[in-house]
Amino acid sequence: MSAFLTLVARDLRLALRQGGDAAMVIAFFVLSVVLFPFAVGPEPELLQRIAAGIVWVTALLAALLSLERLFQADYEDGSLEALALLPLPLEAQVLAKCLAHWLVTGLPLIIVAPLLALLLQLDPAGYPALIAGMVLGTPILSLIGAIGAALSLGARRGGVLLSLLVLPLYIPVLIFGVAAIEAEIQGFGPRPDLLLLAALLVLAVGLVPFAAAAALRLALE
Amino acid sequence: MFRLANPNRFMQWSGTILPWSAIATVLLLGAGLYLALFVAPPDYQQGESVRIMYVHVPSAYMATTVYGLMAAASAVALIWRHPVADIAAREAAPLGAGFTLLCLVTGSLWGKPMWGTWWVWDARLTSVLVLFFLYLGYIALINAFDEPTRGARAGAILALVGVVNLPIIKFSVDWWNTLHQPASIFRLGGPTIAPSMLWPLAIMALGFTLLFVTLWLMRIRSALMAAKLRALRLQQAA
Repeated sequence: MSAFLTLVARDLRLALRQGGDAAMVIAFFVLSVVLFPFAVGPEPELLQRIAAGIVWVTALLAALLSLERLFQADYEDGSLEALALLPLPLEAQVLAKCLAHWLVTGLPLIIVAPLLALLLQLDPAGYPALIAGMVLGTPILSLIGAIGAALSLGARRGGVLLSLLVLPLYIPVLIFGVAAIEAEIQGFGPRPDLLLLAALLVLAVGLVPFAAAAALRLALE
Repeated sequence: MFRLANPNRFMQWSGTILPWSAIATVLLLGAGLYLALFVAPPDYQQGESVRIMYVHVPSAYMATTVYGLMAAASAVALIWRHPVADIAAREAAPLGAGFTLLCLVTGSLWGKPMWGTWWVWDARLTSVLVLFFLYLGYIALINAFDEPTRGARAGAILALVGVVNLPIIKFSVDWWNTLHQPASIFRLGGPTIAPSMLWPLAIMALGFTLLFVTLWLMRIRSALMAAKLRALRLQQAA
């Protein structure tokens, strides 16, 4: 447990020292959301209808931006090989890295999302479902993104390849995240969709470490 | 399976099977198309356009089955470092992507006269589209590395991760309110489709399967021969 926490602390310290990541993710999130009223017009009714979708899709794309560097830096300077030799299993290390990644990029997304929903005139009834959905969904994005990041280590055009691999797997999270908001606005209650998101999170936490660790071992050969 | 891990033995085995598979493919597809286009009855509601079903349904079935085979071959390659399974998984992907594209296009052509639209975002169509993107991602990943074995093993992991999409596709018409019709063949309680339509459909499905097997074996054999050529060239250059 202490090894796990030490790893999380290490990644957090590195991320905070480097600075850029959280700020860049938030900046991209805000800018891409702001593009939509320019594109579709400022009519409140129209923006309200598509607000949930816009916030979720841009959050997804923003999370995608920071994934490339999840394992890249450690792979390039050789620390990944050293980490693989630790008694802490590689699977647990993947979880530690995902946790640190979520703290640095997912949490800021969750905090900023309601503010952006305000800009898009989201129906006030939808805010709790938006926040709950993001709290459940952003860790899943970090986890599934870890598989893509591990698989595309050392590949040509790694960044674009990562998006191509990870976006189809993000689609269920997107579907249920938006459905929760729409259900709450229409009065059906967001529970079923939020429960499905929670199920996806549990599945991801259980299965992703094995896939990502296998991909990391492949990269280290 | 382990006897076939030796490429030479695989070439011998596939060399004897391939001509029979090719002949059976031609016969079954020929008989199936004749039955589907001329003998099978028109639908009481859809008329003659129901005949697209005899191409659409087998290609849909092949799209998911090929992915399943790809995932199985990937698992064998990862667990046992089986060299031919690696190549088999890699060579199946473009075939599977082709079947998926055929399924989407024929479905779209069928949807326009039947539903009045080329496309609708219902659960079945969306999950098959996601399957198509999974195939494309797999092909991109395989070709993204300078070292071919690294690409093959990375693709194996990706194929296994994407297997979760298969039950979603199969059960999407049950779990969600969809425009696409629910299961009429592989369901509890037996098929609800009339025998005069079921038999041509079954023959077409078998024909498509044998078409895939023939093309797959040809592709694996080509890949093995290309690998041999590369090794010989490297040996010559040394």
